Order: sequence, then C-alpha cells, then structure tokens
Amino acid sequence: MAKNVDEYKWYELNIGAVVDEPGSARQFKTGDWRTQRPAWDESRCIKCGVCWMFCPDCAIYQKPDGYFAADYDYCKGCGICSKECWPGAIRMVEEER
Amino acid sequence: MTGRKGLEVSLAVAEAAQLARVEVVAAYPITPQTHIVEHLSELVADGELEASYVTVESEHSAMSACVGASAAGARTFTATSSQGLELMHEILFIASGLRLPIVLVTANRALSAPLNIWNDHSDVMAARDCGWIMLFCTNGQEAVDSVIMAFRIAEDRRVLLPVMINIDGFILTHVVEPVEFPSQELVDAFLPSYVPAYTLHPDKPVTMGAYGLPEIYTECKYAQETALVNSKPVVLEVMEAFGRQFGRSYKPVETYLADDADVLFIAMGAINENIMSAVDELRGEGKKAGLVNLRLYRPFPGEELVAALRGRQRVAVVERAMPAGAINSPLYSEISSLAFRSGIDGLILKNFVIALGGRDAMPSDFRHIFENMQKSKPADMGLRDGLNVDVIGVRA
Repeated sequence: MAKNVDEYKWYELNIGAVVDEPGSARQFKTGDWRTQRPAWDESRCIKCGVCWMFCPDCAIYQKPDGYFAADYDYCKGCGICSKECWPGAIRMVEEER
Repeated sequence: MTGRKGLEVSLAVAEAAQLARVEVVAAYPITPQTHIVEHLSELVADGELEASYVTVESEHSAMSACVGASAAGARTFTATSSQGLELMHEILFIASGLRLPIVLVTANRALSAPLNIWNDHSDVMAARDCGWIMLFCTNGQEAVDSVIMAFRIAEDRRVLLPVMINIDGFILTHVVEPVEFPSQELVDAFLPSYVPAYTLHPDKPVTMGAYGLPEIYTECKYAQETALVNSKPVVLEVMEAFGRQFGRSYKPVETYLADDADVLFIAMGAINENIMSAVDELRGEGKKAGLVNLRLYRPFPGEELVAALRGRQRVAVVERAMPAGAINSPLYSEISSLAFRSGIDGLILKNFVIALGGRDAMPSDFRHIFENMQKSKPADMGLRDGLNVDVIGVRA
C-alpha cells in the first residue's frame, strides 16, 4: 500500500475494501499484543535450536554467531520457547513500553 | 417466451432471471420459494439457460456460493424465504460489504416458532439492516420487471450492491397471473453484460474480505453506507429507463388517490392491492381514503415519502411484522423519524399490524382502520401500557 492503513480517507478505499496489492499483510506487525518477552542468557544456551523449532509464529531467528533471538515485530510473548528450552536459557520478562 | 402469458409467478420470476442471462444460481429449496429455483434448475438441465446451477446443503451455503460466484465475476441469482433468509443472514452482510451485485428474491414468509409457512414480512424485517437494496412488489408483473431492473441497478458501477426483491409468499409466488415478457433482444439492450470492478482471478490477484483493523473499519463502513444512500438516484434512473424501454413505469414511492386523502394508508408488498380495493370501496361512499405504496425500502426514499405525506393529517402505517420489543414496527419507526426530521407537524400517525402468518387481510379490516383513523386524536399517539401497535383481528 502506498500509505499506512490509518492514513486512508473513506473515499480513497477500493470498492468493497478490496486489497489489490499482493503481499500487503507484510506491513502488518502483530507483535504489539505482547505483555512478556523472551530474554536469552547466552551463557546457558547450547544453540540447539529448540526455541526456533517450537516458536508457533516463526518469530525466532538464528544470529550469525549461532545464538538465537526473537523478532519483536512478530513475537507475541506466548512463552513456548521459554517452556521448551531445556537448558533454561530463556526467561520471560515483563514487557515495558 | 415473448409476450403476455398466464404463468405461476414463481415460474415467471425464474424466466425473468433467464431473460437476465444469469450465469450462476446457487440455491436451496424452501416453501414458498421452491418453484423459482426448481424451474431454474429445469431451465439449466434442459439447456435453455447457460448457467451453473449449484445445489448446496443449506441457505448459508447458498449465499456463500453466490458470494464466491459474484466475486469471480458471474451474474448471480438466488431465492429464499423465511428460515432460509435467516440462515443466510450472516452472509448477507458479507455480500453487501464486499459490494457484490447478487440478486436475491425473497418469497416473504413468517418466521418460526410457531412453525408457519404462510406469508408476512417478519423474515425481511429481521434482515432489513444487512446493507442490501430492497424492493417490494405488488404483483407478478412487478416481480418479473424487478428482476431485470435489479441486475441493472446492482451492477451499475456507481452502485455495486446486492439487491433483494421481496415478493409475498403464496399470495404472489403461487398465483397464476398474466405476465408480459419482454423480448430477449430488448432485455439484452437494457441489461448489458456485467463488468465487475474486481474479480478473483489468478492473473491479477486481489484480496476480498481482508481483515479490517480498527484503524480502517469505520472508513470501510462509511464508504459502504455512502454507496447505499447514493444508489437511490440510480434506482430512479433505472426505473425511468425501464419505463422508456418496456412501457411500464415504476417509482420508489407510488401513490393512489393520495393527494386529497383524509386518511392515507402506507404499506409494502401485495397487500397494497387489497388496500387499493378498499380505497375504491371507501371512495365510492364519498370517504376520502388514499394509499402510498412503498416499493423501495432500502435505501429509504425519504424525500419522496415526505412529498407524499406533506399536507396529510391522518396516516395509517400498515405492517406485516411485530415490533419485537421496539416501540413500533419497523416501517412506522422510520416514517415517524422521517416526519420528525422533516418538520411535518400535526400528523396523526398510527401503526397497524395485520395479516401475520398468512391470515387474510379483508376489506373490512381497512374500513376498520379508516374509521379508527377518522376518530383518532393527537393524544392517541401517546405511549400505552402494553403494545404500542394496533393488531388487527387479534382475539382479545
């Protein structure tokens, strides 16, 4: 879309609010529901990738150094990574905004 | 099929859809609508109508299939009634929100419980705010003509909204009437092929019915409401064009001996023909009765109704649905709101509910309403204990 969704006037919308540009869902960041965020303690992380495997939103990625991190544009703070991390390297911390 | 022939109105409606060259019919049978889609399925099976006929397992699926077909760019038709309309209810809003020009004929029938297959308007009144253009028909000829007009209204690029045509169950659907059929050539000239604004096609992908965030939902609904309100001039234009092409003219608000009426009836649907007979009878006795027949219910033809109401003193709104806990039945509520907003003062406006679940409306009922109106005073319009509508013929 040429501009953000909250900038459109009613008469600028397509008939039936049809979206005629493919892939526009990419612009929609879903991470703002989060109340807690995962925090990694890299001294305990063994780079097994269980967090990456279990993340239901594919919001965890591997950094060039092999450790893992969350993409906070999409991480909803569900805590599954923290629960599944058997070496205990991921702690859920209060989200502060 | 050109010319005048005696035909059951349901079959005539199906043949009107055939003349309109519908491309997809998705329907589920329900009394008293069944003959419409049954005849369409015959026409398709016999190769007389080049269309896809989709049999489905419910009305919810019927309207869903219609939404899909219309989104793919097909001229789409269906018909239903009563419980079927309510089962479609959820999808009705999607059809209008997506601006899909589907035409639906509703054979009006009472809602259960108690189970009743006969005619009144409780089905359409429960679905009146679904964002569709809504027409009401007085007879079979209007039903046929409305199907042809409805597609031209719905598919107009300035409109692109679904249209519901209401015809009274049994009273119209199962009556054999002489119906004038226009020629295919004239219909083709009047109703060009549908050119959709958007279609679901892999060559140019679009998303219909996307998630509407709080940041955009209000604007979407504002645009849709504006389209519905702005469809009225197109409805007028199409009705006029139809008159020029086929010699039968329609108006959103039709009046009969209304200009000097002491008591004016307002009603929708086939009951208007009963009221016309009653008006003739009363006029024969020198009693000034008149009638306003509301053919267009959505968008509500405010200016046209105000013109018909102005100068009148006593107006009886005759409805075929209960208020369901509202102060009045739906049409009265809108007419009283219209009178209030238009500064029409001194109107004695009363609400009569009649002919529910197939009970007959007799000439004596309208004489009773006329006499009731004649002796009504402004104070009679105040709120009452209990029901605020007069229910004609209820044993009490």
